[in-house]
Amino acid sequence: MRKMYRVLIGKPGLDGHDRGAKVIARALRDHGFEVIYTGIRRLPAEIAAAAVQEDVDVVGLSSLSGAHLRLFPAVVEELARLGAEDIAVIGGGVVPAEDIAALQEAGISRILTPGASLQEVIHAFETACEEREG
Amino acid sequence: MPWCWPGRSSRKWDWHPGNDGIAKRIVHRFIAAELTIFVEPSRRWSFYKAINKERKVYLCPSLPHKRLKIMTDHPSHRAWQENELATSLARFPERYDAFYHHGGVEIPRLALPASIDQHYEERLGFPGRYPFTRGVQPTMYRGRLWTMRQYAGFSTATESNKRYRYLLEHGTTGLSVAFDLPTQIGYDSDHAMAMGEVGKVGVAIDSLADMELLFDAIPLDKVSTSMTINAPAMVLMAMYVVVAEKQGVSADQLRGTIQNDILKEYVARGTYIFPPKPSLRLITDIFRWCGTRTPNFNTISISGYHIREAGSTAAQEVAFTLANGITYVKAALAAGLELDHFGRRLAFFFNASSDLLEEVAKFRAARRLWAGIMKELGAAKPASCMLRFHAQTAGNTLTAQQIDNNIVRVTLQALAAVLGGTQSLHTNSRDEALSLPTEESVRIALRTQQIIAHESGVASTVDPLAGSYFVEQLTDRLEAEARELMARIEATGGVVAAIEDGFIQRQIEHAAYTYQKEIESGERIIVGLNKFQVDEEVRPPLLKVAPGVEADQVARLQRLKAERDNKQVERCLAALQSAAAGQDELMEPVLACVRAYASLGEICDVLRQVFGEYRDRQ
Repeated sequence: MRKMYRVLIGKPGLDGHDRGAKVIARALRDHGFEVIYTGIRRLPAEIAAAAVQEDVDVVGLSSLSGAHLRLFPAVVEELARLGAEDIAVIGGGVVPAEDIAALQEAGISRILTPGASLQEVIHAFETACEEREG
Repeated sequence: MPWCWPGRSSRKWDWHPGNDGIAKRIVHRFIAAELTIFVEPSRRWSFYKAINKERKVYLCPSLPHKRLKIMTDHPSHRAWQENELATSLARFPERYDAFYHHGGVEIPRLALPASIDQHYEERLGFPGRYPFTRGVQPTMYRGRLWTMRQYAGFSTATESNKRYRYLLEHGTTGLSVAFDLPTQIGYDSDHAMAMGEVGKVGVAIDSLADMELLFDAIPLDKVSTSMTINAPAMVLMAMYVVVAEKQGVSADQLRGTIQNDILKEYVARGTYIFPPKPSLRLITDIFRWCGTRTPNFNTISISGYHIREAGSTAAQEVAFTLANGITYVKAALAAGLELDHFGRRLAFFFNASSDLLEEVAKFRAARRLWAGIMKELGAAKPASCMLRFHAQTAGNTLTAQQIDNNIVRVTLQALAAVLGGTQSLHTNSRDEALSLPTEESVRIALRTQQIIAHESGVASTVDPLAGSYFVEQLTDRLEAEARELMARIEATGGVVAAIEDGFIQRQIEHAAYTYQKEIESGERIIVGLNKFQVDEEVRPPLLKVAPGVEADQVARLQRLKAERDNKQVERCLAALQSAAAGQDELMEPVLACVRAYASLGEICDVLRQVFGEYRDRQ
């Protein structure tokens, strides 16, 4: 039987738009993932600590306020500081195409942009979890 | 075309030109029974011809002592013309002497059913008259177009000030200030939580000094300003009042709106600071202070917009918004405020989404429902029962694919808002699924409103979709559905209990998930997204907030803190603290803090210490 993957969906920063985060959390849950949602308005350090504590395979981050270039890499850094650089980070939200390269450079493994289907989202999380398992 | 008569008989007669003999016999019978005949106005001349009298009082040869009263107008219609309409025309003449189609056919101000019965009067009535289903003004856009108000703000106060002046030059008629998230949550730009967010979704305001720059060279007695600010609304309102003061504009001349609607923040938008109870106290204090000092300022904009954006249905949007409205009214009544005093300064804010006819019905249903609610709560003045609203097109419907298609979506949504009788409107820009809009995109969005206003013809008559079987049924259905949801909230103990229980959040989340599943399955088609896709390299020019904004803003704040009279700041903050800890009104102590250039974060921190902070259920 396939292992039950654990993922954490986090909302770093002050953006309160979590319709997408909640829909994705529910879709992943319906697909058989164990999902932890942090709720809105979390510091990058809080999200990283929760990810480590909950022993998740992947962290999904959502921000619609344009703060992704600062906040997503900050979560990656905090994970590394806690010795958890093996936890993959996926980012999503209002992310213009020109920012994607910089985010990947900073260690965000995948970026999901507006209009991504739930199929694509689930696939991205599944692949990231499998990669971690090796 | 029927003609009918009110009073003792409820029978209706279908009379057509040609039935002249029958018309005469009926007229005679009516005279014998001393009834009044009501003749539909457009038919009156052929009716008079049918009874051989071109005058309004008909004498029956066999019963000369009896006169037949023929009315070409329904009494309540005439009463409306003589009261509401006449008053409105005297104060605000219509934009033209008459309105015409191309070719010269005149457009009526208000189309009415052939017969006005009790059901019509109670459910629809006349514009500017209870229950306001057909609109809050007797002449609607024939008198004055809606306010074209584009929500804008980003980066620093100086940058945003430039954008406002640009918008005013291009014909926007009201300002709408977007604050960045740290400002909306009461953090200074140097707070740890503010990292990455400064100047992003709106303008960063740390103190009165920033607010002075924001409205530099914009005369505050000439523009009306809407400010999307909730948890710290009192502080920003105080700053606005002080900036006006410095311009020599007295508070009573100020026009505009503060959002000041905390309840929807807990369920949908997320910029809360304090728990519900002290938040309601702040809101009530604003009602009280503004009620006498800024009588032309809307002290709250009870918002369904964000509830809809979070995924709710149209009926849920109406239900949750009006339930929040009731909560504010009851809080103010409990604090001893007069309903007819603050009631007329309550404003609403709704989403204009893509299902055009459902949206039109939604706005009409919301007006009727709110009018009834306010009457039940004891409002005596008609103005207290009016639901006046701002509308914004639905951001969540914009696609990042084929972004020019969004212009068409926005057009339909804006049209829905106008057909639904909005008082002001923001149209979203085509590129907002990708970033803040560029100047060019904003101009197209504004032009969209101007085309609807000046070219589409829908502004020439009042409530044009009234009487459509479909629209009226939908209006009734939405009203009933919203009423039922409100009853369920009431049964859980009111809005605050329903938020704490998660009832409202669950409803919205479920609706959002269902919607997404429909897109996923292809059951719901979104053009360019799950059908009619093209391969495109999405690289439209986007607006970028300069990366140095955060550092600049922090430096400005530090300079301010070094230069101001810090003793005075401390005194004012201490006075605010003791007022908050007791039962005192808070607007005056907040005004004192603002005048002393205390920062927004410092003021909110004092209140945080006293009130505590709200934590959501997650």
